[in-house]
Amino acid sequence: MKRIIFILLSNPLSLLGLFLVTLVIILAIFADFIAPFPEHRGAVVDFVNFNKAPEWPYIMGTDLVGRDIFSRIIYAYRISLLLGVFVLSIAVPIGVTMGLIAGYMGGKTEYILMRITDVFLSIPPLVLAMSIMGLLEPTLINGMLAVTVMWWPWYTRLVYNIARSEKEEGYVLAAEIIGASKTHIIFREILPNCLPAIVTKMTLDFGFVILIASSLSFLGLGVQPPTPDLGSMVAGGATYLPDSWWLTVFPGLAILVAVFGFNLVGDALRDVLGAD
Amino acid sequence: MNKVILSLQNITKTFALGAHEVRAIDDVSLDIHRGECLAIVGESGSGKSTLANMILGIFEPTSGEILFNNSVLPAVRDLPLRRAIQLVQQNPLSSLNPRRKIAASLRLALDVHSIGDKNERQQKIGELLEEVGLTAEQQNRFPSALSGGQRQRVAIARALACQSELLVLDEPTSALDVLVQARVLNLLNELRAKRQLTYIFITHDLSVVRNIADRVAVFRHGKLVELNKVEKIFSSPDHAYTRGLIAAIPVVTQDEVLLRDSLGNDGSTGNHNLLGNKEETR
Repeated sequence: MKRIIFILLSNPLSLLGLFLVTLVIILAIFADFIAPFPEHRGAVVDFVNFNKAPEWPYIMGTDLVGRDIFSRIIYAYRISLLLGVFVLSIAVPIGVTMGLIAGYMGGKTEYILMRITDVFLSIPPLVLAMSIMGLLEPTLINGMLAVTVMWWPWYTRLVYNIARSEKEEGYVLAAEIIGASKTHIIFREILPNCLPAIVTKMTLDFGFVILIASSLSFLGLGVQPPTPDLGSMVAGGATYLPDSWWLTVFPGLAILVAVFGFNLVGDALRDVLGAD
Repeated sequence: MNKVILSLQNITKTFALGAHEVRAIDDVSLDIHRGECLAIVGESGSGKSTLANMILGIFEPTSGEILFNNSVLPAVRDLPLRRAIQLVQQNPLSSLNPRRKIAASLRLALDVHSIGDKNERQQKIGELLEEVGLTAEQQNRFPSALSGGQRQRVAIARALACQSELLVLDEPTSALDVLVQARVLNLLNELRAKRQLTYIFITHDLSVVRNIADRVAVFRHGKLVELNKVEKIFSSPDHAYTRGLIAAIPVVTQDEVLLRDSLGNDGSTGNHNLLGNKEETR
């Protein structure tokens, strides 16, 4: 553990990643204290200060109804991170469990579970999410649901491949000969050996979930106004480019910072933990 | 108490390989006596590992029966049977879970077979480690902190943890260097005497056999070609194939040369006790 932290801190790129991720998380958690205009996260109208270029106190300008863009970005981070936590905390346990069972049990179980996974993997993620959102009301909960449905199969794939090779290791045979239960072998023997890969993928995916959630709301299918969301802020400002550039550039940069940060940390973890 | 602990009766095992089938074990009958060490030798593909896997219940014989303490071994082993027959594998690098501490690997056997209560188990883990020449403190290490020989000792401790009667030793020393090999063999000899264990020692290395086995079963192409006492095997083997195997022992030292030339005297080696029985700790 000490070694891992040391390596993470000694590499400038992973240090930058850690810094960006920490920054995003702190902004999201302490949004109420950091945002200069907390009330601007909702339906506030200020026609005196609308569509203003960056100037004090609006360091990133204001949007078309006069709300502070910096404040809205901070609250959008909060939504994005919640979305990531929600999606991953449902998708990862489901995907990992299915992958472990398919990889260890083999035979018919493996065949059925992996064909179901293949079906989900064969649908382009954004298309699947869009059709789910189209069928259901385009609310935040449904957005999370849609992203979750397309997310778990990747974990099944990942863990299945590891479990299938770990199953051939001597320690699994030893546990079987001792008479340990399948549950023990799957979750106590094989799962710990999958964790580095899972943790690495989760970190990388945090960025991707933010990205895909932004894509959905850019298309008008995600988080609905007046709730702030990076994707819909970019979409809303796109028609006013290049004159009102701050409407799109700052939310766009905010997406970049978060995704870039999580990717750097993910890459660093992959190197340190030796996952593939 | 019965003298024969394990009896193989007309065991045949075939594997389907595409259109034709392969006879891995061909009509083998064999008795293993309580307290003895029977070495099973043969080249790769002679069926010795298949035999071990059937004894361990990893797969069933195609025909024939295996009797353990006079009762037929069922296809699905219950816990008392699992407890009685244990395995030490060839490669100590893979036989211990790299992400579980030594204590966790040993405790599994105690937990599964409900041996002792919580405190007793904790104490038992330390005792087991000391019994195989390690220290009780080493239970808090991960396998990566131990040397190959030390890991093999842990694997032996794990096999002993459920108070087994019969140990299947699947080339337990072939992944170790020569000095460590001798120490581990010494340990196995000591444990057998102390705990009245029965060993089935599978190996392709006849030079190891002399140091540990009472009897030797030579396998070739799935058939049992010779079964004799170890002295007889090394002095006047019955089968030409056995002679071939002995001639193929790699000659490493002057001792070995003398030994091979003096075949016909007694087959014992002797000086391995000088090597002691403690692994250097780092």
